[in-house]
Amino acid sequence: MKKVVVFDYGSGNLASAAKALRRAGADVEVTSDLAAAQEADGLVVPGVGAYAACMAGLLAVRGERVIGRRLAGGRPVLGICVGMQILFERGVEHGEITDGVGEWPGTVERLQAPIVPHMGWNTVKSGNGSALFAGMDPESRFYFVHSYGVRAWELEVSDPFTPPVVTWAEHGGDRFVAAVENGPLSATQFHPEKSGDMGAEVLSRWIALL
Amino acid sequence: MAVAIRVIPCLDVDNGRVVKGVNFVDLVDAGDPVEMARFYDAEGADELTFLDITATSDNRDSAYEMIRRTAEQVFIPLTVGGGVREVADIDALLRAGADKVSINSAAVARPEFIAEAARQFGSQCVVLAVDARRVPADSRIDLASGFEVTTHGGRRGTGIDAIEWMARAEEAGAGEILLTSMDADGTKAGFDTAMLAAARAAVRVPLIASGGAGELDHFCGAVDAGADAVLAASVFHFGKFRIHQVKDSLDAHGLTVRHTPVPAR
Repeated sequence: MKKVVVFDYGSGNLASAAKALRRAGADVEVTSDLAAAQEADGLVVPGVGAYAACMAGLLAVRGERVIGRRLAGGRPVLGICVGMQILFERGVEHGEITDGVGEWPGTVERLQAPIVPHMGWNTVKSGNGSALFAGMDPESRFYFVHSYGVRAWELEVSDPFTPPVVTWAEHGGDRFVAAVENGPLSATQFHPEKSGDMGAEVLSRWIALL
Repeated sequence: MAVAIRVIPCLDVDNGRVVKGVNFVDLVDAGDPVEMARFYDAEGADELTFLDITATSDNRDSAYEMIRRTAEQVFIPLTVGGGVREVADIDALLRAGADKVSINSAAVARPEFIAEAARQFGSQCVVLAVDARRVPADSRIDLASGFEVTTHGGRRGTGIDAIEWMARAEEAGAGEILLTSMDADGTKAGFDTAMLAAARAAVRVPLIASGGAGELDHFCGAVDAGADAVLAASVFHFGKFRIHQVKDSLDAHGLTVRHTPVPAR
């Protein structure tokens, strides 16, 4: 059974993520222990609330180093919701700019839709070559709850490197990143742990890749 | 691609037990919120709401334990409200496994509470519950919208304009509004669509319609008036409608819903 650590850095509904990963077939530990986070087959970085608060929490336990070291060694990391957003270069909330972990270029900014937060079950447009969404019914829905998102994908990759698989969602005419699969680094803007059977399927597929 | 209209069953829970109008035939213990939550998760509910869970502070610990056990069992979002008075209450509920917390009377008493909650936990988990009624024609109260915020289950007026209150709450950081019509609640005569339309015009956060559901087309009416989600209790608890019937009705009306496999009953 694959060992997954849900990283406890003071943000996110850790219990929900843990039980959903267990249901999806992983051996799960919720911890802030850096060695455990480093050594697990997979590391999940959850996150809710404000970007700046999440980033501060992550830096306080030196979580950004664990993420960086894991990726350097090709070891899988999955960011969820704000746990995805902090993987980008920066977040802008109420005019305040916060540096993110910067694994990907790009800015997390306020959604431009008539109704914000984007709250509820939405479909996604799977990127080509996705392992997490391939073959799924396009009407499959996932639970989103967020006011900010990545509205432009800025990382250009050319041969011989494999380009990241970017999956998009749309709300009120605005388009934003719903998921990224980029080698060992994956992330979802939606909450797979709150997305019923389809969310469980995404988590199972991620665990199967570990 | 559009976000689906959410169908939300509401459980009124007191001291760890579901109260008011529960009549399931196929549950071992119809009063157990954990079992009912699991039931509605399987039925395809898009979210669950627990209200009035902590009538007295003595019951807090049992409430947290109940939420913890529920959150273990369901894989959809869980909103909890009732008796939430301070930031520490929200923290404890979120830690127990709630995804969103609804606040009501405490925000009326102390509006800064909304901003405090949003700053600490993010707007996405702060739901403002508004219990509103139409100002009676013979009332001395004169409100611009004609809708008044009430507290204490609709028994006590506040003199606050409900529509202005929602706009203020949004400004303060509320991420969603659960609007219950105290006139329509329990009547099964339909949602107060005029009130929903007025709220929709005033705020741009998601709006949950509550109070008055009795027929399938009532749900469509609430969405047409501007609701993003529809909440009901007794029509589900008594088995008058199943979740998928409401969704099918919304779907037939041209609205987007999340379909899930329908369990046999």
